[in-house]
Amino acid sequence: MHELSVAQALLERAEAICRAEKARAVRRIQLRVGELAGIEKRQLAAAFAAIREGTLCAHATLAFHDVAAVWSCPTCRVDVPRGAPLRCPTCGRPAVLMAGDALLLERVELEVQDV
Amino acid sequence: MCNDCGCGDPALVPVDVHERLLAGNDRVAAHNRAHFQDAGVLAINLMGSPGAGKTTLLEATARAFQGKTRLGAMSGDLATDRDGERLRLAGIPAKTVTTGTSCHLDATLVHDTLHDMAWQKSDIFFLENVGNLVCPAIYDLGQAANVVVLSVVEGEDKPLKYPVMFKDCDLVLINKVDLLPHLPQVSLQGFTDALSRVMPEPRWLAVSGWTGDGMDAWVAWLNARRPVRKVPRVSVKLA
Repeated sequence: MHELSVAQALLERAEAICRAEKARAVRRIQLRVGELAGIEKRQLAAAFAAIREGTLCAHATLAFHDVAAVWSCPTCRVDVPRGAPLRCPTCGRPAVLMAGDALLLERVELEVQDV
Repeated sequence: MCNDCGCGDPALVPVDVHERLLAGNDRVAAHNRAHFQDAGVLAINLMGSPGAGKTTLLEATARAFQGKTRLGAMSGDLATDRDGERLRLAGIPAKTVTTGTSCHLDATLVHDTLHDMAWQKSDIFFLENVGNLVCPAIYDLGQAANVVVLSVVEGEDKPLKYPVMFKDCDLVLINKVDLLPHLPQVSLQGFTDALSRVMPEPRWLAVSGWTGDGMDAWVAWLNARRPVRKVPRVSVKLA
């Protein structure tokens, strides 16, 4: 259940951004979660909901931008079919993970005083 | 003003961030890595399921080095000092990191524990992670290499079920191979086939921490990665 420590890191970062921008609260947090990022989204959302009470993120919603894993040949640019050995189907070279391992804080939306 | 409905709610201001969520851990890991490199110590993050044989493998590693190489370790455990005790009995200066409810080591835990140890006196320092194929995978500790211990009794499909653990792994030690004759349902080839589907360049060794099979190859793998120790600077006083 490492999602709790990830949620803690997320909460601290979002609050720090909120303070730096002199905003009142965090309303929405958008994350990019790769298929191979090693994060279970539902667990992360549950952990976040459990720790945000009384913080600047108390009413913040989490939005996830899913990214599928893509292994490709760095030379031929051919994708490896899912579940197949991670070698280029054409030339046999080891494939490279082109997408799907990132766990990124993409954007936060902040509630500010209306001017 | 709210752009969607003009209701007069406080305006929402988007801030683009685009940073790794574990950037804080990564910064501490980079700091640990610099310490290990400057001291010429090879740091290995040793991971695997509970019962995969990580501690037994380290005991066998100590026997295989025959005291010619200085080993050190910290051992992450939810509870008890058993692994640390076993390693010290095997001649490896070791400290247990009791993680409580936390299921993995992180870079800060490693950093704080290093401060209480004479880790610089080791040539190879093992970060024996908490037994778990899930959580330790995404936490960089500052190691030079990731090694996963996978025992044959766990089944051939474990790499397919835990791809995150294996994708950044530098070496898989397929452990307890002495039990293969008793396990007609699995084969070494079944394990290596599964590894080829989660690692682009699977590197593995068949070993048994119990019998010592394969330990020579493991010792050679470690020795090949040992950094050159920097010669300490000696100040020369001019007469």
